[in-house]
Amino acid sequence: MFISCGIRLYFGSIITMIKIKNIFKSFGEKEVLKDISFSINKGECISIIGESGIGKSVLLKSIIKLIDIDRGSIFIDGEDISLIKFKELQKLRSKFGMVFQFGALFDSMTVEENIGLALQKLSNSDKLEIDNKIRESLEQVNMENTNNKMPSELSGGMKKRVGIARAIALNPEYMLYDEPTTGLDPIMTDSINNLISKFHNKGDVTSIIVTHEMRTVKDVSERVVMLYDGKIRFDGPTEDFINSKDLVVKAFLNGDSSFKENGVQ
Amino acid sequence: MKDIILYPLSIFISIFEHIGKYFDLMFKTLRSFRTWHLYLDSIPDHIFSLGIASLPIVVFTGLFSGMVTAVQAAYQFESGLIPTWYVGGIVGEAVLLELGPMITGLVMTGRVGATIAAELGTMRVSEQIDALETLSFDPVSFLVMPRIVACAIMFPVMIIFADLFGIIGGYLAALSFMDVSSFDFIRGLKSWFRPWSAIFGLIKGFFFGLTITSIACYFGFYTKGGAQGVGKSTTTTVVVSCLSLVVLDYILAALLL
Repeated sequence: MFISCGIRLYFGSIITMIKIKNIFKSFGEKEVLKDISFSINKGECISIIGESGIGKSVLLKSIIKLIDIDRGSIFIDGEDISLIKFKELQKLRSKFGMVFQFGALFDSMTVEENIGLALQKLSNSDKLEIDNKIRESLEQVNMENTNNKMPSELSGGMKKRVGIARAIALNPEYMLYDEPTTGLDPIMTDSINNLISKFHNKGDVTSIIVTHEMRTVKDVSERVVMLYDGKIRFDGPTEDFINSKDLVVKAFLNGDSSFKENGVQ
Repeated sequence: MKDIILYPLSIFISIFEHIGKYFDLMFKTLRSFRTWHLYLDSIPDHIFSLGIASLPIVVFTGLFSGMVTAVQAAYQFESGLIPTWYVGGIVGEAVLLELGPMITGLVMTGRVGATIAAELGTMRVSEQIDALETLSFDPVSFLVMPRIVACAIMFPVMIIFADLFGIIGGYLAALSFMDVSSFDFIRGLKSWFRPWSAIFGLIKGFFFGLTITSIACYFGFYTKGGAQGVGKSTTTTVVVSCLSLVVLDYILAALLL
């Protein structure tokens, strides 16, 4: 049983669901991720933060194999995703919900069709059940009565909320958020943060949020992984992150760019 | 000096990379036919948007290419040594063998190829293709296969329209601007007509459809960057498709005629 579970680790009640082990990723000559290793436990809500262009989204997309890593391994529920076949990967992806930076709604489809698309394919429900599920998902993100709207008729914040509705409609075990609050006003940011918390606390969901918005980090996540220069600079509870004495962390928190000029390593 | 040697080499390597990735995408498309029934619903939409909606432009170009052929054929016969009823035969053969399929192919490269490349390219840069993957969809089955099937079905149909209106155009031009009677035109058309010419045109249409759509899907699917990347993919699709059609036209003629 233990062997069949692969790398699944049990430490008391903590179950490691995602294990990232020594991963590297380059684009051309630019090495974005250098020997990144960390684990994410079941039910955790973790923020991956860092400067723009540091590789946060690359790391997030690597977890669901939207981007192939150059070296290293990523284990999801004990399975090395670099070794699994396409069909198994599709099955594994059905456990994930992902919210993209700009919503990534299918612009040729209505809001309802966007949410219903995967439900029709992945669930065995009939039309009535699917319609109910769509309605419930839209209610959860406070987007009732937008069923027949096209994505072009929605604002940035609304698109993100529909993106969340699309992701949660399938009751995923893992939620991945790629910069969910970037570019939004403070009220919409708060609204999205509340939705993330609401959905995270509702079920046994493991949430990973890529962001550089400190408000989202403070409001939502219980653990922070900070990337700096392609490596992990900080990995620990959010409170420790906020009170960290590390110069790079402090500079990030204070929005101080001078530390780079001073050559802080 | 080093750059002068390396630059052509990098272009050469890049062409082979593209060819390899193109055939990889085509292999994935073939593999996706196993689940064709899941994506059957979207094929009629593509048949309409890529095929039926293109018919007016096909009819228009077909009509005028037939008219030009008739006028140019009559111009060649001004010496009076060749009987004017040959015009019908020349229009028929030229339209069925070459003008119908080729002009339709080139026009559709701009109409269908550019549309597909821009659509898929926009989906790629706006992460819609990534979103499909996260929803456990196979984007090749969902986006590429239905478009290729739709165009493979509709291109021969478009060629039939182009042929028909090409001949009508030639007929109208011959009657209106030349000293060719209706009887003479039809006589020429009938006496020169070979069924294989029409079938060959349809075969060409089928292959042109596959080529244009697959090239457009390839460049659209692997678009990089933002709006500039979409523009580049669209332009490359049109250029590569036009060049491929010319080469394919020669290969098919050499093999089948």
